[in-house]
Amino acid sequence: MMPGAVMLPAGPQEVTAARGAISLSGVTRIFAGSIPAVDHISLDIQAGEFFTLLGPSGCGKTTLLRMIAGFETPDEGRILISGKEMQDVPAHQRAVNTVFQSYALFPHLNVEQNIGFGLRMRGVRKPERKKRVDAMMELLQIGPFAARNAGQLSGGQRQRVALARALVNEPEVVLLDEPLSALDAKLRAELQIELLRMQKRLGMTFIFVTHDQHEALVMSDRIGVMSRGRLQQVGPVLDVYEKPRNVFVAEFLGLSNIWAIEPLGGGMAAAPIGMLRIAAEIGAARMAMIRPEKIWIYNDTHAPQGRENVFPGTVREAIYMGASTQYRIELGGGGFVLALDTNNQAAERSWRPGEAVAVELKAENIMLVEA
Amino acid sequence: MRTAAQGEARSRAWRLWITSGPGLFWIVLFLLIPSGVMLGIAFFTNSDFGSPVLPLSLDSFSQVAGYGILGWSGANFTVLLRSLLQAGVATSVTILLAYPLVFFIVTRPAGLRPVLLLFAIVPSWTNQVVRTYAWMELLNPFAPVSHVAQVLGIIPPHLGLMPGNFAVLVGLSYNYLPYMVVPLYAAAEKLDWTLVEAGRDLYASGARLFFSTVFPQTLPGLLSGIILVGIPAFGDYVVPQLLGGDKAMMLGSLIADQFTFSPDWPYGAALTLIMLVFTCVGLIVFRRLTQRLGGGEGAML
Repeated sequence: MMPGAVMLPAGPQEVTAARGAISLSGVTRIFAGSIPAVDHISLDIQAGEFFTLLGPSGCGKTTLLRMIAGFETPDEGRILISGKEMQDVPAHQRAVNTVFQSYALFPHLNVEQNIGFGLRMRGVRKPERKKRVDAMMELLQIGPFAARNAGQLSGGQRQRVALARALVNEPEVVLLDEPLSALDAKLRAELQIELLRMQKRLGMTFIFVTHDQHEALVMSDRIGVMSRGRLQQVGPVLDVYEKPRNVFVAEFLGLSNIWAIEPLGGGMAAAPIGMLRIAAEIGAARMAMIRPEKIWIYNDTHAPQGRENVFPGTVREAIYMGASTQYRIELGGGGFVLALDTNNQAAERSWRPGEAVAVELKAENIMLVEA
Repeated sequence: MRTAAQGEARSRAWRLWITSGPGLFWIVLFLLIPSGVMLGIAFFTNSDFGSPVLPLSLDSFSQVAGYGILGWSGANFTVLLRSLLQAGVATSVTILLAYPLVFFIVTRPAGLRPVLLLFAIVPSWTNQVVRTYAWMELLNPFAPVSHVAQVLGIIPPHLGLMPGNFAVLVGLSYNYLPYMVVPLYAAAEKLDWTLVEAGRDLYASGARLFFSTVFPQTLPGLLSGIILVGIPAFGDYVVPQLLGGDKAMMLGSLIADQFTFSPDWPYGAALTLIMLVFTCVGLIVFRRLTQRLGGGEGAML
């Protein structure tokens, strides 16, 4: 400890830190007569964190969210919110609010009444309620629609109202169940940023469920990738993307080239495309992965001579995507690689189908993954 | 010259006639014309044999208001008020019975629901008279239920639960329950349960959860049910006739008497008109009320 540093009392500090923290241990949910929807999930989410549960539909992410909200009861395991056991706490007593995928705004109430609903149910007096609802409408720029009915709002406006209805209660945790999936791309991008800004400003824990990997990358502090009721990998966005633990995560998050490998010793491995030098310790690993944007492409005449992991090939497909172009390249040995190249040169200098090229898969860019 | 817009307007008018024609025909033939005839009859004088004869007069209406050869009597008002009360209470009873029943059915597995709904409806396919006779068997002075009521001191010994106002209420509620169940079921079946979850999420539970999330969604069905039960119960004839007795007479029986026993057609016609007016005014007031209540969403009819 630095001399002169002020010691803060540890006790209350810890209590504050725990507010909004979530701890799941061995949480399992099995719907009658089927395989587990959620299978022994253990996970700690820090207070104030933006945590995303990412996975394909049917992977159990929504069921997990519903158990945290209290709409489903785990068949096994424990859920702790802010350090408190939730087993016998019904949904209406949890300091948790949900933003539903369908928004679930009350059609018989106007915007203002919808937002004030939770406060009214908790017995907050009208003047105080009005103050808080007004402040929240101001924050989310929905003041002009205050008197409108939920049915008279556009998708984006409904989304804001649903968000305001949850946030106005100042919950410890906000659960968001694919709240942006019904919106068009531009509006979705706008609301992503707004949601993120709101979360940072209010400091609440957000648990966000989505199947959209791009959304997960943009918004999250950490993500948990789910498949078949299990958490495949949990970690900061960068870690999960750069170092996917297994084939599922590598394929679900971003594009990837994945090969089965046979270790040959001395950092070398045999892959279907040829011999690969791999910087990482191969050990027992039998699968290797490289992201398309980490592959270097050369004109065949400019290919580096005498270097390992360089393979000649032919462009078979070039998909122009504006900022970058995605190439499918057939290698001499018969295998294919997917490579992404930034269009930082004049467009006419990019490669066309049929052109002979060489690709370099740098040893340090090759990741080892589990099957 | 005929423009495209004119042609469009003409074909739209034609479509309007095609679609509304049959309904209009029905209403004119079976509602407006008979009501007109009734209205006419009401202004005639009663003959010794009960048929309407000239001269035109307002005698029948003063009869409705309670003036007779023996001076004024409040009997008609009593009958009218009793009819309104019985219809109102019977409607309330069907609501209280239908809600739990409907929610029991909609929370069953999807394959079972139509069968259960059928069980609730099938009795209404048999004749109303037959079903009412069955209630006579159940409530008469020698029936076990009456025995129990006698022992408990609810009714004096040797009397039955029928005839009387209680029996009429039971009969009306029983008879019209399916007409409350069906529209309520239609509303409950397409209930958005995520709204209920949203309510729970926002700290509502128990009765407050029901009235803030479930009830508003079933309101259109409930309002339809109230109309479908309330109006026929108000004018019912079979039930008060069989289960009621003299002290439980309702408007329907009073009117029927004027065309059979008494007979006095102009008086009967005037009573019928009064009933129609009450029904129409009730419907209009009700509609206004529901539009305000349901945020522009009136009853489904």
